[in-house]
Amino acid sequence: MSARAPRTESGPRRFAGFRALLSRSDAVRGYVLISPTFIVMTALMVAPVAMAVVYSLWTQSYLDIDKTLTLSNYAEATTERMYRVLLGRSLMISGLVTLVTVGLAYPMAYFVAFHVKRNKLIWLIMITVPFWTSYLLRVFAWKIILGFNGVVNSGLKGLGLIDQPLQFLLYNPTSVVITLAHAWAAFAILPIYVSLEKIDRSLLEAATDLGDGPVRRFLRVTLPLSLPGIIAASLIIFIPTVGDYVTPALVGGAEGRMIANIIQAQFGKANNWPLGAAIAISTMAVVTVISLAYVWLTRKATERIA
Amino acid sequence: MKDVSYIHRPNRPLAVYAILYLGFLYLPVLFLPLFSFNDATTIAFPLKGFTLRWYEQLAEIPALHGALLNSLKVGAVTAVVSTFLGIFAAKAVTRYTAPGLRPAMAIIMVPLVIPEVILGTALLILVVQLGMELSLVSITVGHIIVTVPFAVAMLISRFEGFDKSMEEASSDLGENAWWTFWRVTFPLVFPGILASLLVTFTISFDEFIMAFFLSGTETTLPVYMWSQLRFPARLPSVLALGALILLASFFVVTFAEWIRRRGVSRSQPGL
Repeated sequence: MSARAPRTESGPRRFAGFRALLSRSDAVRGYVLISPTFIVMTALMVAPVAMAVVYSLWTQSYLDIDKTLTLSNYAEATTERMYRVLLGRSLMISGLVTLVTVGLAYPMAYFVAFHVKRNKLIWLIMITVPFWTSYLLRVFAWKIILGFNGVVNSGLKGLGLIDQPLQFLLYNPTSVVITLAHAWAAFAILPIYVSLEKIDRSLLEAATDLGDGPVRRFLRVTLPLSLPGIIAASLIIFIPTVGDYVTPALVGGAEGRMIANIIQAQFGKANNWPLGAAIAISTMAVVTVISLAYVWLTRKATERIA
Repeated sequence: MKDVSYIHRPNRPLAVYAILYLGFLYLPVLFLPLFSFNDATTIAFPLKGFTLRWYEQLAEIPALHGALLNSLKVGAVTAVVSTFLGIFAAKAVTRYTAPGLRPAMAIIMVPLVIPEVILGTALLILVVQLGMELSLVSITVGHIIVTVPFAVAMLISRFEGFDKSMEEASSDLGENAWWTFWRVTFPLVFPGILASLLVTFTISFDEFIMAFFLSGTETTLPVYMWSQLRFPARLPSVLALGALILLASFFVVTFAEWIRRRGVSRSQPGL
């Protein structure tokens, strides 16, 4: 191309364009390198979700699928009282789980970031390991602990503190919150830890030198700077837990049923896939709107503080 | 040293809290192995006596062995594919800066923030609409979606940890890109790759929701366990199986975390 360039009117400009491309070849290489992963992942997410959207516009008529496009599934998903109650409850439970998990995790992350000196590696490994291991089993463990004949009840009975097993331990929203706060702990600790670890320690010294006490220093320097970690932790817990159905199915009981249990039922016993798809997509839409609003609000809040 | 100490002053209440929190993380799970050795079908205190019969029972269930084999197959393929995809993405974002790379990366990480029940049912619809059979292949595809973000995150922390000038030296000395990768980059990031393989294998091996929706006649171990939870009489042997899985996962993942985090510098704490 460079050899041909002088022949044409626009030659110098074309040559410049080629030079620019060469200097940007790093960028091109970057695009080439990321494209296999990007294309595979996009295809694997977009194709199924697009198909689910189409499917949600069809209707189930006994054993057949009526392929006339209609919004009737969405009408049912948004107006039927049961679905609204379950979605509202799922959002409540997940919001509470997020609050509890992040609240409990923050001091832990703070401890590892600021007070652990020599064995940081061991602490990080100990925090990380449980969350790579079986989710199903970790949830099931709570059923054993809180159950009618579970660890807590049989333990209290053995100590003579109660005569009858406590029934309020299992099969309610509280047991779902406890179980999820346990299952998702590492997801909260690690992002917060990373953001705390990145804080420049000299900023803390500066705040102290300028007369801030420990509490003011924490509120004005440490906490705002760790906000990205808190936001990441919140989203990474809130969004997946709204769609969790293992925990409500095992420890939730009737009162603790969540929206994912209904979605699963539509794909199972109820056998109304189009309605199931419509509920799933409405749920995803609601969760996305809430998450975006949360990110926007926290950004605004930080701007006002800063 | 003194001017730092007032920030890093030992904080005993915080240390106590951290240890209690670790207890909260680990204790509940320890009840599974505890009751798997208990000589009674009901899961309750007081313990009745020590037995290994629940473990012996495991050897006599053919359905379990089939499920175990399926899980190993799905896990192995998932681990190799998602780590392979992870290497490309991690290398792209740690080596090159270009507009669009970060957004592309954000899209690759999206499965972290989509409820699995939605991805699982959507994939189920697609597979059925395309007229394909639900099989171990559909489970594997589901698992790849779930594991790629983790593979990418783990590999990034490793790729960031080493000196770019080593690669440049190699190409300056006349190696082409292919040999530079195999003789310089690969040995440097190998711990990250190994850790990614082990962790993605474990995630797949333990994954339930995707496998539940995408299973055909052949299922994986977690789906098999789920089907057994309905039968109270089977519970002790499910606990025994669970204890074995937890133990294996624990060792594999501890090893993976150890090789991954060792040598990653403090300034890049990673996921």
